[in-house]
Amino acid sequence: MCIFAENNHIMNPVKIIEIKKSVFADNNADADALRRELKARGVYLLNLMSSPGSGKTTTLIRTLSLLKDRLRIAVMEADIDSDVDAVKIKEATGIPSIQLHTGGMCHLDAEMTRQGLAGVDLPELDLVVLENVGNLVCPAEFDTGAVRNAMILSVPEGDDKALKYPLMFSVCDTVVINKIDVLPYFDFDLEKCREHILRRNPKARIFPLCAKTGEGVEAFADWLYGEVLSWKNTQNR
Amino acid sequence: MHELGIVFYIIKDVKEAAEANGVQKVSAVVMNIGEVSTVVPEYLTDCWRWAADKEEMLRGCELKVNLLPAVSYCESCQCEYPTVQYGKTCPNCQSDRTYLLKGNEVEIKEIEV
Repeated sequence: MCIFAENNHIMNPVKIIEIKKSVFADNNADADALRRELKARGVYLLNLMSSPGSGKTTTLIRTLSLLKDRLRIAVMEADIDSDVDAVKIKEATGIPSIQLHTGGMCHLDAEMTRQGLAGVDLPELDLVVLENVGNLVCPAEFDTGAVRNAMILSVPEGDDKALKYPLMFSVCDTVVINKIDVLPYFDFDLEKCREHILRRNPKARIFPLCAKTGEGVEAFADWLYGEVLSWKNTQNR
Repeated sequence: MHELGIVFYIIKDVKEAAEANGVQKVSAVVMNIGEVSTVVPEYLTDCWRWAADKEEMLRGCELKVNLLPAVSYCESCQCEYPTVQYGKTCPNCQSDRTYLLKGNEVEIKEIEV
C-alpha cells in the first residue's frame, strides 16, 4: 500500500508516503462482512433514512404493527441524543427497541451498526430496522451493512427533493412518499416526484402512503415481508 | 457534518500508514476530494484541526485538499462534460442517460513526514 519516495531537499527533507486509498474503503469492507454475517444468520437489516420530521417513527409503528405477528422484529433508533423514538416504538407496538447515540455524529457506519446489533437478540430475530439519523446527506455516504437502504420523503418537503440530494436517492432503491393525506394543500406533483426519483435511480420502488391514516401502508409492509422471506430462504445458497 | 466522521477515518488510516513505515510524526496529509463527493473542504479542514490536535502523532499536522473536477459521460452521444455545470442532463444532446465518470473521490493521496 505504501511506497516510499524521498524528496532530497537538503535543508528541509520531506518524505512523502503515498497512500492512495479511499476513506470509505475500510467501512465498505466492514459493511460487506456484516452483510455476510447477517445472511448466515438469516436476519434482514433495513436501513431507513430520511430528513428530520418526515415521519420515520410513525411509518415504522404502522408498518411493523402489520408485520409483528408474522416476523420477529427489533428496532434500532439512531439519534444524536434522547430516547423518545425508541420509547415510542416500544410503547406503540411492543417490539423491542433500542436507542443508539451517535455522540454528535450525523450518521451511522458499519462498526456502529455492529455495536448496535450486539444489543439485540439476533438469533431470535428475522428483521432488524435501523432508523438512521434524520439527515439526507451524510448517511448516504456510509454503508451500514444493511441488506437494503430505504428512505422516506414526505409531501411537505417538496417533489424536487431527489434533485437536491442525488446521492441519497441513488443509494436507496426503495422510497416511501409519506403524508399523502396533505397532498391537496401542497404544490406537490406525485408524478413529477416519481419521475425525479426514477431519474436518479431507475430501479427504485416507490410507495406513496400516509402513516397517520394507514393508507398505502399495507403495500409497503407486504413488500418488506417478501424481502425478509426471500433473504432468509436464499441464505444457504 | 459527515466531515467529522470522515476525519476519524482519515486519522485511523494515516496512523496505520505512519506506524507501518516507522514514522513518529506526520507533518501533512494530502487528500483528493472530488467536486461532487459531498465533502466540503472547509468543513473537512476545520474538523481535521479539532480532531488531529488530539493525536500526538498529528499535532499541528496540516490537511491539504486537492479538489478534483467532476466529469460525466453521456451514453447517448458518447461525450464527456463537466458535471457541476450541467448535472444529469447532457449539454450536447439533452439526454438523461449519463453517469458520473469521476469527481466522487474521497481519498488519502499521500502523507508528508
